[in-house]
Amino acid sequence: MELLAVFPPLLAFLLAFLLGRRLGDRFAQIVTCTGVVVAALASCALFIHVVFGNDMQGDPRTIVLMHWMTSGDFKVDWALKIDQLTVVMMCVVNIVSACVHIYSVGYMSHDESKERFMSYLSLFTFAMLMLVTSDNLVQLFFGWEGVGVASYLLIGFWNQKNSANSAAIKAFLVNRVGDFGLALGIFATFAVFGTVHMDTIFAMAPEKAALTYHFLGMDIHALTLICVLLFIGAMGKSAQLGLHTWLPDAMEGPTPVSALIHAATMVTAGVFLVARMSPVFEYAPTALMLVTLVGATTAFVAATIGMTQFDIKRVIAYSTMSQLGYMFFALGVSAYGAAIFHLMTHAFFKALLFLGAGSVIHALHHEQDMRNMGGVWKKIPATYVLMWIGSLALAGMPFFAGFYSKDIILESAFADHTWFGNYAFWMGIAAALMTAFYSARLLFMTFHGKPRMDHHTYDHAHESPPSMLSPLMILAVGALFAGFFGYESFVGSGAGASSHATQVVATENVVIEHDVEAPVVEESTHGHEWNRHAFWQDSLFVLPENDTLEGAHHVPLWVKLLPIIIGALGLLLGAVFYGWKTGLPQKVVSAFNPIHTLFYNKWFFDEAYHAAFVTNALRLGRAFWQGDKNIVDGLGPDGVANTSQRVAGVLSRFQSGYVFQYALIMILGLIALVTWMFFKMVTGQA
Amino acid sequence: MIDFPLISLLTFLPLAGAFVILALRGDEDALARRSRQVALFTSTVVFLLSLCLLSAFDGTSSAFQFVEKHVWFESLGLSYHMGVDGISLFFVVLSAFLTPICILASWKSVKKRVREYMVAFLVLECFMIGTFCALDAVLFYVFFEGVLIPMFLIIGIWGGARRVYSAFKFFLYTLLGSVLMLLALLALYINAGSTDITVLMNTEFARDLQIWLWLAFFASFAVKMPMWPVHTWLPDAHVEAPTAGSVILAGVLLKMGGYGFLRFSLPMFPLASDFFTPLVFGLSIVAIIYTSLVALVQEDMKKMIAYSSVAHMGFVTLGIFTATSQGLDGAMFQMISHGIISAALFLCVGVVYDRLHTREIGRYGGLVKNMPKYATLFMIFMLGSVGLPGTSGFVGEFLTLMGAFQASTWVALFATTGVVLGAAYMLVLYRRVIFGEPVHTDASAMPDVTGLEKFYLIPLALTVIALGVMPGLVMDRVSPSLEALRINYISAINAYEQTQEQMDLASGTQTISDTRSSGEPAP
Repeated sequence: MELLAVFPPLLAFLLAFLLGRRLGDRFAQIVTCTGVVVAALASCALFIHVVFGNDMQGDPRTIVLMHWMTSGDFKVDWALKIDQLTVVMMCVVNIVSACVHIYSVGYMSHDESKERFMSYLSLFTFAMLMLVTSDNLVQLFFGWEGVGVASYLLIGFWNQKNSANSAAIKAFLVNRVGDFGLALGIFATFAVFGTVHMDTIFAMAPEKAALTYHFLGMDIHALTLICVLLFIGAMGKSAQLGLHTWLPDAMEGPTPVSALIHAATMVTAGVFLVARMSPVFEYAPTALMLVTLVGATTAFVAATIGMTQFDIKRVIAYSTMSQLGYMFFALGVSAYGAAIFHLMTHAFFKALLFLGAGSVIHALHHEQDMRNMGGVWKKIPATYVLMWIGSLALAGMPFFAGFYSKDIILESAFADHTWFGNYAFWMGIAAALMTAFYSARLLFMTFHGKPRMDHHTYDHAHESPPSMLSPLMILAVGALFAGFFGYESFVGSGAGASSHATQVVATENVVIEHDVEAPVVEESTHGHEWNRHAFWQDSLFVLPENDTLEGAHHVPLWVKLLPIIIGALGLLLGAVFYGWKTGLPQKVVSAFNPIHTLFYNKWFFDEAYHAAFVTNALRLGRAFWQGDKNIVDGLGPDGVANTSQRVAGVLSRFQSGYVFQYALIMILGLIALVTWMFFKMVTGQA
Repeated sequence: MIDFPLISLLTFLPLAGAFVILALRGDEDALARRSRQVALFTSTVVFLLSLCLLSAFDGTSSAFQFVEKHVWFESLGLSYHMGVDGISLFFVVLSAFLTPICILASWKSVKKRVREYMVAFLVLECFMIGTFCALDAVLFYVFFEGVLIPMFLIIGIWGGARRVYSAFKFFLYTLLGSVLMLLALLALYINAGSTDITVLMNTEFARDLQIWLWLAFFASFAVKMPMWPVHTWLPDAHVEAPTAGSVILAGVLLKMGGYGFLRFSLPMFPLASDFFTPLVFGLSIVAIIYTSLVALVQEDMKKMIAYSSVAHMGFVTLGIFTATSQGLDGAMFQMISHGIISAALFLCVGVVYDRLHTREIGRYGGLVKNMPKYATLFMIFMLGSVGLPGTSGFVGEFLTLMGAFQASTWVALFATTGVVLGAAYMLVLYRRVIFGEPVHTDASAMPDVTGLEKFYLIPLALTVIALGVMPGLVMDRVSPSLEALRINYISAINAYEQTQEQMDLASGTQTISDTRSSGEPAP
């Protein structure tokens, strides 16, 4: 069962990739879709086993597949660690992936290399499964980089387009910067714990809580160091502010890719990482504070940008970034269950939104600019309705999935009662207003008003085929009900919630089975309450004094109501601006021109990074290369070759003032300095 | 099994093949054809023999195996002493693996003086294997320097336009190193009375002497490695060398420096190695960052990969001198892995060079459309070079950095930036060559890889993945030798420190011991 939930996508990838060209597109489509659907069914079955098995106590398990590497005390296996947290992730990944696979058959039907596309999707799914099932940090790193490569391949899928290639490289490199932190985090973990095996680390975390580690000449609290480094990795993968610039560009990839990788699964890997490492993060309050601050700021900044963009996919991309910010500040205030809950509901409604947007784009002949849309709701009614469902869930309207998960996050932040918790709460409220606003903006600009595209496109606008709509419907069911049915399990109050105990049966995406219901009722009569503790068991860890999720159930009424009111207000504003008084946005823009410029240009992150890093890296590279040719060789072999002639030349070179010479001398000085420091460090310490 | 001279057979069979080729007669075409066949046959047999060696090798032992010892010059105490341990084993296999591939890769592309070319390659193989198997320092020196001669000829005769300049530069650099090493060997002999490596390893040299000897060996190994700033011969040599020459150069010759550190510097001069560790760290970091940046702006494919080799070798020197289990294992693995990946990358360049006769990156683009199989193979090697987990490139890099982190967090911090930069230049290279719009019609009209090219590229690709998923294949046989090396190294340093302490205590001065506390968690 465990193998069946993980390996069919790998098999499908190999078959489709190696034989797809020979055996045809249909073969590749069938084999990849089958692989992922099998994995999805198996992971649902596994979910039931792991969560409800062992007499409702949960039945987590670890399967060692084979030995990977050993070096001294460092030992790593290929293994599948399957506990409650993992099965939730596996279900999300496999179900969304299955939907996207099936959708892609229709969406990519006009593409030349369908088999390549389908196989890459399966490769991604496999890598993501390896990430979530790893029982050690190195295998997690394998999955982490694996999804990165799949993402790189898929963003650059249309590899004749230069913009797609640039976006792909950018995504890979920005992620590498994050991975730099993650790798250092793993090294630090090994240095502190002497192992990278998760269960051992978790068991040892309390006793290491007071330890300091000598890092870069400073004595730093060891667990904080580890957590901050790991979090840098999470920031890269989950597009948190600072390392987010790749995500909007990643929209160059085909839309199903955006839905699967850049909305529902890969970008949530960072959230998963922090939740997985909760037994360590709990002992690193400073790191948690950092997570909260970064998450809250991201939620806010991304929402401001999302309000001003015109590319339909970029609007949704910034909204993804913003929602990831929510998940992170939920993690930061120790509400891990809430973060994973939002991860799950978000996966459904955001995949729905992206695939819906894809359906619109498909209908309008690859038009992505919302300024060239409008008035098509009668032409594509099913897509229209589905987009409404997704948007209402995103805006957090009552009874849609996003309502439950976003509310509990905001309540947890409030219940944290710290300054950064409050910061996160108010940033989250502001972002919620903007989220609702841009959701309404997207709907009205796309579907309502006068058609702004040319006649030809408008006349040919057509509803998508059933192969594309049916996955949307499955996701819509998730977007509608996942919140309601998942609430008690993921974040339910630990005290006196027995009246809800039976709701659990229909846990988010598992097919409702009657034989499961019986033991639940039975258990609840035995006095076992079904709540988040019963659901998560030991897979998430919260210190008693950090239990904000419990506090979230006892916040004042206004805290519970505020997000709903704000959301409704945002929707209303959006409707007024873009549905009714369509001249208003222009007036507002000219009234607040500097702010709009800042938002519209994405706070100038790209420009700043390009100037600071890309340009300088190339400039330094050229300078060093000149140095190689002129100085190292000049003093070395060429100099020796004809010394007498050279001496004068070499000397004059030093006075000629070229930049590369300074660069070289600088470097020489640096080496001297670094070497001297090392000598001092090694010899000078008592 | 013990009596069978497997090592000697491995070493000298290529030489025998070379003599057979020299004895061939006939018109030019027939001669070329038969030379190729003999060379391929000989090198294949050598490869199979190396596999026998691999399977018969006892991976749990750190001792030298398959040892052969015969008296050579009795009066001088020289002996013909050969054998392998975990450190040398895979270099032998790697040399034997790459040589037949080189001969296949030159099958059609080398047209002039085929006979001499094949002879040069077989002689080269003999010297390479000899270098790694020699257990006598003088014998080692002969092989180690002997390698230069065929390589010099391969670049100088079959190379590109500036081949003479490059060959000369290559020679000058390495000459400098060899002279110093020869002097050091003399000093070793005078002090220890023997040139047998196993004897030298168990001889304790005075610390001051160690420092001078270490520097002399370092000069030679650093050039071979090559370490910054004595690396500038490498890009030129690569650019001008024929494809197969680059393959051997990157695949095997660069590893001789690393092998030398593991065979001579660390075991024989532990105190000096410890003393110079900061210097090596500094140079390694510069190599990693500096050459990665230089690689980023190259317009010549081979030059870019050559610079990337310098950066990757920076990880090796870094790992070796951390003297941690992970650092040593990682460095060793990195050498083997880089031997395969860089060889494969140069072969990939060779594939398109044979078709378009240019190495300029800008002349390519959009190859994926017509050459999908080539694009896939190139992708695997590119990702290996980037150090993607699941490929062999990851294991070495990761372990090395893990070792570095324990030695010094500063070093690890700087070295890890190389992971980002390394990804940058390889991805840019791949994008410009393989992806993008096909601008140059001649480039985009090139046919996909031929059967022959597939025949040698696919095994390399599979090796890259297999070693990434199951590094134990190499690591398990290597670790015992490296662990023994590490333990001896640490105990030598500890013993020295203890005697120093005792002396200090005796003279009543304040004790200052090297606690290396930067890498250890403070309580």
